[in-house]
Amino acid sequence: MIKIIMGNLIVSLSPHAHGTESVEKNMFGVVIALLPAVLISLFYFGLGSAVVLLSSVAACMFLEWAISKYILKRRPTLSDGSAIVTGLLLGMNLPSNLPVWIILIGALMAIGVGKMSFGGLGNNPFNPALVGRCILLVSFPAQMTSWPVAGQMSSYLDAETGATPLSVMKAAIKTGNSDLLTTLPDTFHMLLGNNPLGGAGTIGEVCAIALLLGFIYLLWKKVITWHIPVTIITTVFVFSGLLHLASPVYANPFVVILSGGIMLGAIFMATDYVTSPMTHKGQIIYGIAIGFLTIVIRNWGSYPEGMSFAILIMNAFTPLINLYTKPKRFGEKLNR
Amino acid sequence: MSNIKILLNGLIKENPIFVLFLGMCPTLATTTSAINGLSMGLATMTVLICTNFVISCIKKVTPDMVRIPVFIVVIAAFVTILQMFMSAYAPDSVNKALGIYIPLIVVNCIILGRAESFACKNTPLTSIFDAIGIGLGFTLGLTLLGSVRELLGSGSLFGLRMLPETTNILLFVLPPGAFLTLGYLVAIFNKIRTSK
Amino acid sequence: MQKIKSSLPNMVGVLVGFSLLIGVILASVNQITEGPIKIKQEQTLAAGIKTVMQCQQISVAAPLEVTDTIDGKLSSFVIHACAGATGERLGAAVESSTNAFGGELKVLVGFDTNGHILGYTILASSETPGLGAKVDQWFQKDGKGNIIGKNPKGGSLTVSKDGGDVDAITASTITSRAFLKAINQAYRAYMKIDWAHEKVCFEPTNQ
Repeated sequence: MIKIIMGNLIVSLSPHAHGTESVEKNMFGVVIALLPAVLISLFYFGLGSAVVLLSSVAACMFLEWAISKYILKRRPTLSDGSAIVTGLLLGMNLPSNLPVWIILIGALMAIGVGKMSFGGLGNNPFNPALVGRCILLVSFPAQMTSWPVAGQMSSYLDAETGATPLSVMKAAIKTGNSDLLTTLPDTFHMLLGNNPLGGAGTIGEVCAIALLLGFIYLLWKKVITWHIPVTIITTVFVFSGLLHLASPVYANPFVVILSGGIMLGAIFMATDYVTSPMTHKGQIIYGIAIGFLTIVIRNWGSYPEGMSFAILIMNAFTPLINLYTKPKRFGEKLNR
Repeated sequence: MSNIKILLNGLIKENPIFVLFLGMCPTLATTTSAINGLSMGLATMTVLICTNFVISCIKKVTPDMVRIPVFIVVIAAFVTILQMFMSAYAPDSVNKALGIYIPLIVVNCIILGRAESFACKNTPLTSIFDAIGIGLGFTLGLTLLGSVRELLGSGSLFGLRMLPETTNILLFVLPPGAFLTLGYLVAIFNKIRTSK
Repeated sequence: MQKIKSSLPNMVGVLVGFSLLIGVILASVNQITEGPIKIKQEQTLAAGIKTVMQCQQISVAAPLEVTDTIDGKLSSFVIHACAGATGERLGAAVESSTNAFGGELKVLVGFDTNGHILGYTILASSETPGLGAKVDQWFQKDGKGNIIGKNPKGGSLTVSKDGGDVDAITASTITSRAFLKAINQAYRAYMKIDWAHEKVCFEPTNQ
């Protein structure tokens, strides 16, 4: 909606109906939906998770405030809650033994480069939390790919690390040895996150049940619609299922959709209002493309996880999707 | 316009990197370290001074319809000469880092652009001043870009270690880092230019 | 002076004239720099051979060329046989190249008479600075992936990810694999020569 602010008067286009929806309400809805995953991560990673999440949220909020006050010189937009969501999502995408100074760089990249450079909330073409994560992943490959094993409550930087289900899947494809896949946990354990591999992974991705609880809450409160998450997960399931049928080196599709960042990405990252398509038709195209790209990157790319790259790539296509899925205006002639 | 003004014009008002956005290929590709940026800038400046001078001298004997081929031949000649001298006398490290980019100076838009828009309309002396100004502006931009990328990406400056190796943000020595750094430098440059 | 017109004879004349003039200039510059370039290349090679053979007093034989089929293609290797100051055989330095992450990776590797690696140096590379470009230090004696003193005979050298015992450069497995491939194929080429029957005459390198 276009708003022209003239002095104290706000002139905007019709309709002038007012709903109770607001940016703040939706952002805090997302925070509440993330709570189960946050609590589970505290249970699995203890101190490490608390340090990473707190420093990430605090750094994002501080940077949002400082940049809008001192560089953009306008009223700080801290109260809309978007910085808290970015900080939480960034933290949930990091390993729980990451040093604080790397988290600070990540927050600077997320808020400074990913969001404020484009003019703040609503103008950013890419999901800020993912910009932060991907820059860290490229810049600190060693620190960003060592995953602490769950269950070490009091350790932070010194936590023991282990292989993630994703690195096992990648190794199976690279070596062509399908026996490696037998070490993967079964579907039930993947849902809970308490698996024989020790639940290694980023803070937010180890327990699928907690993320699904958040999804149900978001749907119930109508913060998001089902279109993007369901199409992403279905596409990943179907595509990886076909690959699994074609060759045993590709993992079981149930394990694939529960591993890595698929749930976290599909429910919380891809559904970001600013960077996803506006119409349902567009959202379905967007979801299918993300699911497809994720599996392509996971199986044949050089990184074990493709979710964040897939979402960023499709973020770039969002304006194009919006252009081609514009709803017909009332009275406009339909093409035969 | 006095010669000094022409010189300063290339340095700030018409800075080839931050204002004209010319020669982006060497700008982004060679600036992985400050020394590489500086050497590339100086190499381009040398070629630019020679070509601007020669083209300004021969502008009267060049028929308009074949001026572009003649300019390109002159530019290519100087680049080849530079390359021969560099592989004969320049230090190995510089030669290795810049080797494949030196021939590309031929198609650098700055050289042909200045020949076409300045040297073929002005006297040899002013053309030399223009070349020095633009060349210095280009060198300044490349060195700045290279310094920022080297400092953040490799933790050193002109090869001297400034930060411990563990704090290197690798992104900055990779291609996306070049685009990011260039974007922010242009933003800062515009801020300074418009606030004057 | 009037600017000359764009008539056909004028245009042809000017273009031919400039081409000839510039041809002459380039030829004379080439005359001047040809010598220094050649001397410099020889010096670089001689210095490289000395480093990889870990020996200062050295005589190098005229280079031998060996061909080998790598991945179905014929590749050639230049081998510089080396002898010590007193004439005893030290082994050879082998030039070998592979395709790495950023393009061609050319290494010079020194083997002793039994095939143990004495040293290596990178002749040409276009690897990513900060990642693959660490290849010039990483596999040296004090590097983390030390290969000096190893012998590729027992099985090819491979990175630990592929089941070998060499630590790959952090986050640059492709470069590491390419480097080790270059070493392995250099070893094969070196071993192809029957040193007992090959006639090589050594000349001391000038400093």
